Amino acid sequence: MSRSMIDLWVGIFVAAGFAGLLFLALKVGNLASFSTNEMYSVHAKFANIGGLKVRGPVKSAGVVVGRVADIRFDNESYEAIVSMNLDAGYQFPRDTTAKILTSGILGEQYVGLEAGGDGVMLKHGDRLRLTQSAVVLENLISQFLFNKASESKEPAK
Amino acid sequence: MEVASLRNRLERLGSTVTSQVWRLGYASRFLFHLVMHSGTALRRFRLTVAEIYFAGVLSLIIILVSGLFVGMVLALQGYETLQRFGASESLGVLVALSLVRELGPVVAGLLFASRAGSAITAEIGLMKATEQISAMEMMAVDPIARVVAPRFWGGVISMPLLAALFSAAGIFGGYLVGVQLIGVDAGAFWSQMQAAVDLRNDILNGVIKSVVFGVAVTWISVFEGYDAVPTAEGVSRATTRTVVTSSLAILALDFVLTALMFTGGNH
Repeated sequence: MSRSMIDLWVGIFVAAGFAGLLFLALKVGNLASFSTNEMYSVHAKFANIGGLKVRGPVKSAGVVVGRVADIRFDNESYEAIVSMNLDAGYQFPRDTTAKILTSGILGEQYVGLEAGGDGVMLKHGDRLRLTQSAVVLENLISQFLFNKASESKEPAK
Repeated sequence: MEVASLRNRLERLGSTVTSQVWRLGYASRFLFHLVMHSGTALRRFRLTVAEIYFAGVLSLIIILVSGLFVGMVLALQGYETLQRFGASESLGVLVALSLVRELGPVVAGLLFASRAGSAITAEIGLMKATEQISAMEMMAVDPIARVVAPRFWGGVISMPLLAALFSAAGIFGGYLVGVQLIGVDAGAFWSQMQAAVDLRNDILNGVIKSVVFGVAVTWISVFEGYDAVPTAEGVSRATTRTVVTSSLAILALDFVLTALMFTGGNH
């Protein structure tokens, strides 16, 4: 095979290799969904975050508006502090509620934001004061059993 | 009598260990010399391009076909398990993560070692057996710079590209079986995959693995060829050693790299 044919084939090979990498990055990975938009950070305290993970989605009305940036434990209030980076394109009122929700029954957990009615918008570094913790299945079951037990006692009186 | 045979055995064990350590030292010195004298291979890039052709382009078919089939089998097997939990939409995640993180670099590396690594060893070994290497030395041409370095860089450049193509072909195979044949929803297949596969944690780490495997396999191949006993039997032994040592090196390195990359953080 002549030299130029070899060069051609190597060129095709290298181009195909980079196309494969690009395919992995764009179609398989989440490079495309990486927003280059400006972000602003807010944080919230939760009594229990359940299975929330760093880089988990922050959604409002089902739309991803940001990502969980950091999860820490507050030594003073014994609560979890969750920092979130929100897309600067989405503004929320100051009295927005943050809830830890689950997508589906076995799905991943995410932070759901429910907008309030305040006229003042959240700024970088603000704290969301209204929060609702993750639902812990064991607590739910024990509550249910407790209610059942107290119900069945009443008719006996 | 007993003591003598025991002593004999101990001596043999000792000399085996010493010679292995000696070979490792020689191989490291060889690699250092090779990298230091890579100027010719990079300046006369045509030499390296020809080696990329032999190591990379000619391995394309086996890499693409194997990738396709590995992806197809993953989709079939994964679907069987996932549908028991009603999570068959996560098929894309399973196929993509196993390929990008593990199977892509490792299987492509194993195929590369047996397809291209053995060829490199046989070629350099035969050059040595037919005294072409000595002839070059006589003409004051450094055989490491002229023969070994282009093959080394050709392999190192080819391997990550082959691993990426293997993963891409595998994901396409998984898509063919999962979406076209079994009927998993195409939107869920791709969107769950995109949500779960991280660019830095998964894809970049896979690429790093493939680069490391490329360096290891090509280093072993050129060294075994250069160090081969210059007879027909010696070359055949060196070729066997290349495939065995590179396969073991890939699997061992894979364990170390996985332990470093994926167990460090808990997220």
